[in-house]
Amino acid sequence: MSYYEEFDYNKPMSLKVWAKMLPFIKPHGKQLAYCAALMTAVAGIDIAMPLLLGHAIDNYITPRVSDGIWPFLAVVTVMVILQGVGVKLFVSTALKVEMKIGRDLRDTVFTHLQKLSFSYYNQTPVGYMMARTHSDTSRIGELVAWGMVDFAWSLIYCLGAIVAMFIYDWRLALIVCATIPPLALITWFFQKKILVINRAVRKLNSKMTGAMNEGITGARTTKVLVTEEQSLKEFSAVTGDLKRRATRMIFMRSVFLPLVLFVGSLATAFVLGYGGYEVMFLGVELGVLTIFVQYAGSFFDPVQNIANILTEFVSTQANIERVTGMLEQTPDITDTPGVIEKYGDSFSPKRENWEPLIGEVEFKDVTFMYPDGKENVLEHFNLKVPAGSYIAIVGETGAGKSTLVNLVCRFFEPTQGQVLIDGRDCRERSQLWLHSALGYVLQSPHLFSGTVRENIRYGRLDATDEEVEAAAKIVSADKIIAKLEGGFDALVGEGGDRLSTGEKQLISFARAVLADPRIFVLDEATSSVDTETELLIQSASAHLLRGRTSFVIAHRLSTIRTADLILVVKDGKITERGTHKQLLRAKGHYYELYTRQFEEDAEKTVLGGA
Amino acid sequence: MDLPWEKGRFAMLAAAAKGRRLRFAVSCAATLLNVFFYFVSPQIIRVTIDSIIGLQAIEKPRALVALIDALGGVQALRDNLWICVTALVAAAVLTGVFNFLRRYYGLEISEHVAQNLRNQCYKHIQQLPWEWHVGSQTGDIIQRCTSDVDTIRNFIHNHFIELLRIIAVFAASLAVMFSMDVFMSLMSLALIPVILLFSFIYFKRIVVQFGKADEAEGDMQACTQENYTGVRVVRAFGRERFEVDRFKGKTQKYTDIWVGIGKMLGNFWGIGDAVTGLQLAIVVGAGVFRCAAGDLTPGTFFAFYTYCNMMIWPVRQLGRIISEFSKAAVSAGRIRDILSAKPERDPEDAVSPEIKGEIAFENVSFSYGGNTVLKNLSFTLKPGKTLAVLGATGSGKSSLVHLLSRLYDLPEGSGRITADGVDIRDISRAHLRKSVGLCLQEPFLFSKTIRENIAATRPDASLEDVRAAARTACIDEAITSFADGYDTIVGERGVTLSGGQKQRVAMARMLLAGTPIMVFDDSLSAVDTETDARIRAALKTRTKDAAVVIISHRTSTLMQADEILVLRDGEAKELGTHAELMALGGDYRKIFDLQGSVADELEEDA
Repeated sequence: MSYYEEFDYNKPMSLKVWAKMLPFIKPHGKQLAYCAALMTAVAGIDIAMPLLLGHAIDNYITPRVSDGIWPFLAVVTVMVILQGVGVKLFVSTALKVEMKIGRDLRDTVFTHLQKLSFSYYNQTPVGYMMARTHSDTSRIGELVAWGMVDFAWSLIYCLGAIVAMFIYDWRLALIVCATIPPLALITWFFQKKILVINRAVRKLNSKMTGAMNEGITGARTTKVLVTEEQSLKEFSAVTGDLKRRATRMIFMRSVFLPLVLFVGSLATAFVLGYGGYEVMFLGVELGVLTIFVQYAGSFFDPVQNIANILTEFVSTQANIERVTGMLEQTPDITDTPGVIEKYGDSFSPKRENWEPLIGEVEFKDVTFMYPDGKENVLEHFNLKVPAGSYIAIVGETGAGKSTLVNLVCRFFEPTQGQVLIDGRDCRERSQLWLHSALGYVLQSPHLFSGTVRENIRYGRLDATDEEVEAAAKIVSADKIIAKLEGGFDALVGEGGDRLSTGEKQLISFARAVLADPRIFVLDEATSSVDTETELLIQSASAHLLRGRTSFVIAHRLSTIRTADLILVVKDGKITERGTHKQLLRAKGHYYELYTRQFEEDAEKTVLGGA
Repeated sequence: MDLPWEKGRFAMLAAAAKGRRLRFAVSCAATLLNVFFYFVSPQIIRVTIDSIIGLQAIEKPRALVALIDALGGVQALRDNLWICVTALVAAAVLTGVFNFLRRYYGLEISEHVAQNLRNQCYKHIQQLPWEWHVGSQTGDIIQRCTSDVDTIRNFIHNHFIELLRIIAVFAASLAVMFSMDVFMSLMSLALIPVILLFSFIYFKRIVVQFGKADEAEGDMQACTQENYTGVRVVRAFGRERFEVDRFKGKTQKYTDIWVGIGKMLGNFWGIGDAVTGLQLAIVVGAGVFRCAAGDLTPGTFFAFYTYCNMMIWPVRQLGRIISEFSKAAVSAGRIRDILSAKPERDPEDAVSPEIKGEIAFENVSFSYGGNTVLKNLSFTLKPGKTLAVLGATGSGKSSLVHLLSRLYDLPEGSGRITADGVDIRDISRAHLRKSVGLCLQEPFLFSKTIRENIAATRPDASLEDVRAAARTACIDEAITSFADGYDTIVGERGVTLSGGQKQRVAMARMLLAGTPIMVFDDSLSAVDTETDARIRAALKTRTKDAAVVIISHRTSTLMQADEILVLRDGEAKELGTHAELMALGGDYRKIFDLQGSVADELEEDA
């Protein structure tokens, strides 16, 4: 797991990393330039405001006249309104750019993940992929858009204000400028510290969430063992840690802000002192003094902004590397250019060139090792499965029963040897060609949020409502669906969690029926469902098996007995093969498994029950 | 400490801030002082401009006149302008120091409250009855204990503490401005109601949009989550294209909502900035006329301009704070929901008698979720004896176990369960549970080391004791084969144990606890028959004096028990020794015969 923990980045600024984002930023170049132009205008007005006030003080306030004030106020009003318009435009444009960059990145990551192989999915926690798809991409979009906007404004403001100050009074300008280096240093120093603490806080926070999760899921065990006190003590230790770190951060922040504000006030004080002297003895006008008083306190904002953005540009490199790292992953299983030429790829298939799939499957001298595995799970394995036959795979949980299925579905490819479909190496045809003729019902049936109808239609997208309902009827799912509120239009919830396992399984059967596959793969559910549903499921699976090449990862006696061939898997390897009777007679591992199943079934037969 | 949720959300939060009253008072005092010195600076500038640099005589306040006289009069200050500079620096230092104190003591409260809420929720959840856990969704509870706590923390952190300052700034502005010039004050406040109202209305509207954006984001994330977890289905049906199109639709929707929010935000900031600018322009205009009329000095004018600037920003913040407040209030309500669930509580007079393991069920009936799961069940079990229970799924086997350890309580009038003659409802739960060891089919192990897991009830147990328990459960060998041995961490961050290994670790855990009553609820289902037999043999010597309940499907396991109970739909159908039940020729006999027929099936073929 350590590989997937958020690793820390303390790398220097690297343009190389950022260059990888160019393709995503470029399309928004015009908008970004527009934003920069708006920021220039806005900063210009921000710089002009103190000057206007100085003008008012020198021309109206000090001489105590109000002549000509109206045109002056008109100018101010126009500028204020222009300022408002500028702000409105840059806020909405920057947000638009932020969202669009985020969207493009997300779409690209998601699309890329559709191509990556199962080996990648098996090794990568979903949470990790989720974070890459959502938080990292958002962060990049945010920084590009707002970082640019803030940076442009801050830089232009600083430069413009400095120029204006030097034009008015170079000595006072020097005083104000003297505060910029300490401001920058303080900000830089604190930002670095805060960044480090922030990371620690985030880590502790996820540790706390994990502990909370365990506390809740393990509540029964804690109760039974009467270890509530110990458990709370351990949890409090984590929250205590979290609080200590967070408080440290608060301390840093509480020091930081007053400190930079103080530097600004210091500038104001010196401007007042020296400027006062200038006004009294050098004939400098009072308005000039007020201009500098205003500028003196205004630098901490842009300086802080610039320091902030520079730090964030570096820290966002981590987000970029995570996203590009994922985009640079190449799928283990790809169709050759020749195959794509003829059959098309997963996104734009050339169905007109597809041969019909009959369903004969042959393993020819197949040796296979999982990409993250240490030893071969299949060695020189040979098996010919005529179209329409029924193969059962049995073994204990975690014994590696899905290996064969993974190879048949071409979720993985053999390390050596070939898997032939209808006599030809499956690599000679496109993945989509094979997958389009495949029906797959998972052990823990997976549904997508949406209606029951949408989920069944997933099997064949152009199916009419009647066909969807007919498919449901074939597997007797219609009765169960009728009981749901809204029937076929009932919402199944996220991942189908509003339905029971049995209901989900029946719906996924209907989905498979609709696809009318030539090769059917069934991973039987181990979890208990009520007897009635169980019977429905059995008849549904019997229906689906008929006339198709079927691979069933079996847990039930009824399924096992009628199989044409049973493969027994132990510790990842196929240890026995034969028909039910042959294997029983061998009194090997199958006998053991079967007996255990049989005992449970015997109990059920006699005592009934759910 | 228990939080007084009954008194409402705010009393609950106030109680969570317990022990922070002094700090809060310090923060409040610091806020006042911070604002005071913050407001002094423009006054120093005003006096400097008007009376030191300018020639305006100082009339009020008197204290100031006295102070300047003490320093040698206006002329002395003119010659020593550094005194004004020093005063300004001093004011800045004090402003900064009090700002630090205000923030540090104020913000720390937010962490304190968050920690208290987290611990309190955790503790409370541990004490809530098992029934509550069954009826709740883990994800939802976790969200309440983490995100909702964070929302409250952020509110206190970012807004509550600022609110204090905003109020202080606003009050101080009014006081200072009106004391200087009533007309100018009114002018400085002219557009404030507009800004305030605009800010309120705007935030009310934008909160709605934020809600929609959150929904769209959730939708988009759910789509990704489902795709990543359901990758097999996607690939098996060749639906990559469909998925990408669907996802793009969702990201587009999310993007559109945010672009819409961007327009609203643009308007808010744009109009807000323009109105703020206009307000300042009004101050300038009014100031010019007042000065021209001779009613205002340049220094006072500049002070008004500065104060107006200082006041506007907090006013614009107010709308945001109100909307954040309502969010925090909702979160507090959600936490309160958890705390208001009733925890398990022993009555005052709960007893803790010595339990040797004599159990009796007397006419026990129990229903759960409207279904009767146990009907008039009676049996007794003595220490050193074994009772085997046979029954299909749903026959009430697990209820029997749950009742025995009081994970569920038997209601009055539906029979009673006694341990050593005492009704278990009169026994303290902790005491009872320490006497009943439970070994479940799907045991829960904590993500700690294996040793810590086994020694959960006896953290001070020696490694030898831990190993002895593990040996009895036939798991010692497997554990020592791991690279870290007994220090191997279980679960996601460490080694993934197989179902059978988990069962055996859990069994070792129970054995080490050495409870006088031990329940094995189908707890060796994932262990092969050979190991199963070895474990049972080892168990026999170790659990000599304990009262043992074994729930299993295997008649080969059941037949060795002193008594066998056959449950059917919650009723005791048969009760007796193996020989008695075989002679009876009932269900037990049938199951026994059926289970033996695997062998028959073979003979048939032969």
